[in-house]
Amino acid sequence: MSDTTLTPEVEAPSVPLMPLGDLIPYALLTALLAIMLLYFVGAEEGATSVFPGMTLHEFVHDARHLLGFPCH
Amino acid sequence: MDSQKLVRGLLIRGMLAGLVAGVLMWAFGLAIGEPQIRSAIAFEESVSPPSDEAPLVSRSMQETLGLLTGTIVYAVAIGGIFALVFAGVYGRIGRARPRVTAATLGLAAFVVIAFVPFLKYPSNPPAVGLDETIAFRTRVYFVMLLLSVVAAIAAVRLGRDAVKRLGAWNGALVGVGGYLALVVIASLLMPAVKEMPEGFSPDVLWHFRLATLGTHAVLYATLGLAFGALAERWITQAQGGAAGRYRTSSPSAGALRS
Ligand SMILES: [Zn+2]
Repeated sequence: MSDTTLTPEVEAPSVPLMPLGDLIPYALLTALLAIMLLYFVGAEEGATSVFPGMTLHEFVHDARHLLGFPCH
Repeated sequence: MDSQKLVRGLLIRGMLAGLVAGVLMWAFGLAIGEPQIRSAIAFEESVSPPSDEAPLVSRSMQETLGLLTGTIVYAVAIGGIFALVFAGVYGRIGRARPRVTAATLGLAAFVVIAFVPFLKYPSNPPAVGLDETIAFRTRVYFVMLLLSVVAAIAAVRLGRDAVKRLGAWNGALVGVGGYLALVVIASLLMPAVKEMPEGFSPDVLWHFRLATLGTHAVLYATLGLAFGALAERWITQAQGGAAGRYRTSSPSAGALRS
């Protein structure tokens, strides 16, 4: 068994899953959606505001502090 | 199987692992973080008495449904990005099997997205931080986060080239060292924020900040391990399903055999 160069438990052939080009549409869509979601948890109605009022800010307030975003 | 279906499957698994992580983060945050937030709010109210108006969202709502919503939305969003980064790096950096790749990626993401920005701009409980500087503090926090991510991308490219010339161990060290050098420089150039109010309990602050690190640790441990397990099964299945392609025995068993 000493002729194997790969350790099957931790190693796999170095073959990419897919061409990077195939990932681009998914990457753009996911990044856009994720940034929107992260913005509403992390910053909306704090430093900047899309919706009027502070209800959203107060609703996710504890998560914002706990996750380390500046809050107030 | 075409790569479209493969990447969609990974994306769904990333968000699913994120959903689980969000619930665990909430449980952790409620048990470990909320007591500190309560103490901080008590301090805040002793310094500047609150107005008589009813709050927009009750405190009990903020601690339960509000915190849960926040952690789930955050974790699902990070889980989606995590899955796509995994799809991009798998097979391109090193030759680790899917589970090991995901776990390594989880550790790296914790350092790059949570730990390094935290070291420069640590989390603050309510009452710590001036109202009038919120825009400034938000800006520098996100800039630091961005710099950390850019430094990590640069370090991966640097490390990949170094591995070809210096071998896996020394090449990886060059990559990690490059990342550390870049973030130390970034951290020195970024402005400091010092807004600790007089009389705030250092004990509450310490435990609150530990809770922040713990919450992120829960997130990336869950993503790294749960997504890794799901992704490995999905990839094996997608690539023709040679069962047992990745054996699940312990590394020591492998060492004994060879
Ligand atoms: Zn706050």
